[in-house]
Amino acid sequence: MEILRCENLRKTFNGSQALTGLSLELPTSGITAIIGPNGAGKTTLLNILTGFIQPDDGRCFFGCREITRLPPHRIVRLGVGRTFQDLRLTLQVSVLENVLVACPNQRGERLLPALLRVGVAADDVRNQAEAIRLLRFVGLEQKGEELAGELSYGQQKLLTLVCCLATGAQILLLDEPVAGIHPEMAARLLDLLRELRDTGKLVVFVEHDIASVRQVADSVIVMDQGNVIAQGPPSEILDRPEIIEAYLA
Amino acid sequence: MNYLLHVVVLVGLYTCLAASLDLLVGQTGILSLAHAAFYGFGAYTSAILSVRLGVPFVYGVVAGMAVAALLSFVVSLPSLRVHDDYFVLATFAFQMISFNILNNWTALTRGPLGIAGIPVPVIFGWSIRSRFGFVALTALFAVFACVVVARITAGPFGRVLRAIREDEVFAQALGKNTLRFKVVAFAVSAALAASAGSLYAHYITYIDPKSFTVMESILVISMVIIGGAGSRWGPPIGAAVLVTLPEALRFIGLPDPVAANLRQIFYGTLLIIMMMFRPRGLAGRYAFKE
Repeated sequence: MEILRCENLRKTFNGSQALTGLSLELPTSGITAIIGPNGAGKTTLLNILTGFIQPDDGRCFFGCREITRLPPHRIVRLGVGRTFQDLRLTLQVSVLENVLVACPNQRGERLLPALLRVGVAADDVRNQAEAIRLLRFVGLEQKGEELAGELSYGQQKLLTLVCCLATGAQILLLDEPVAGIHPEMAARLLDLLRELRDTGKLVVFVEHDIASVRQVADSVIVMDQGNVIAQGPPSEILDRPEIIEAYLA
Repeated sequence: MNYLLHVVVLVGLYTCLAASLDLLVGQTGILSLAHAAFYGFGAYTSAILSVRLGVPFVYGVVAGMAVAALLSFVVSLPSLRVHDDYFVLATFAFQMISFNILNNWTALTRGPLGIAGIPVPVIFGWSIRSRFGFVALTALFAVFACVVVARITAGPFGRVLRAIREDEVFAQALGKNTLRFKVVAFAVSAALAASAGSLYAHYITYIDPKSFTVMESILVISMVIIGGAGSRWGPPIGAAVLVTLPEALRFIGLPDPVAANLRQIFYGTLLIIMMMFRPRGLAGRYAFKE
């Protein structure tokens, strides 16, 4: 898998520095947790890596390719998917339709094939099968026809993960995937992250819940004041006095 | 009888306009105030080609649709990159500029004098002169517009439009080039509006810029909202309601200027009532910008 990395990222919002020359290289496999206090720049980092905001300075790379100025959809097509801290779904349509939107390279997304229905049906059959497979993976296969807005909050979080997977992404950047959901659902979601790791995907998640990080993370990146202050295995990082002092205390 | 058939033709024309605008308002969630401009460009293109160059009706319609689609890029490419509110302002500006072009480029459009003597449509040698013929032709155009919109929205293209409608960031995060989808939807919408304009020009046989003002755009938006945004039946229902009910005012016996003003009051009152008691419209899937 290509390495996702960034060099000397700087970002300022209304005079407040969100990132202060951050350089980082993500691992190529496993589960990596990004932790840090509020305002450390974790979500800003994810937004820059996925093209949703542009840095004031610095560059991002996916392998040898610079992705700093690429729009979000181009970065997704490279295999970098993401979810958001706040739920982002099409709530007024079915669960299945949410997943189907995410399927890449659909002929019916071009105007002429859409009008003439050329090859659209065959695409749809294949995509529906894939969507149902992914919904089954997270245990939502029975909810396919329900409106996304009628799911519980935890189920909606699972659905955002399914949508991210349906894009075909190999790198999953998840912003607080277990925040605010029932502990049972959170445990299930963490199990799913382990399963995804075992299928060869790189999972990077921003999280405040240190217990969850200890459970699943293979490596931890600690951020504070817009920069990385530590990176390594959780057993080594989470027990350091300066980390406990800066964040965990 | 002729009068009733004329009303039916108007319902068909406005169905075409409302269905095409619904592709933007109902399906994609973006509001355009420039629909009358594209309606006008279709009418003028077809009228100028037929009156000055003798181009047959069918080619005039196609040319009008092409001109409208191309002009739609002038608005959409720069303004759909930014926030929806700016797009509304950009379409309003485009509408005003378009009206001024039609009104002042007298060498081409004859300005306020308008273009008279537009020939009736001739299709495969069949000259359409009777009201029944126009009812059939208008129905064909309306069905064409509705089928195009239905086809686009029923499949993957429509799924992306609905995702954009609810949350554009979500659609982008799923790898969709949302600008492309919005630009294409806007061009299709403009082209379909232009087809209605061409038919209108050849039906009335006279056009002037006053038929294509921003008030016309607002009327079509009202039809989409009252009929119900994002639904198959919303545009025809909205067109039927807003064409036929104000026509009833004619039978009260009020003088024309009073009836015209009452019509505006009627539209406004109906919109307020719909917003309060049925925000999804008579047959709508979504409340307008819910």
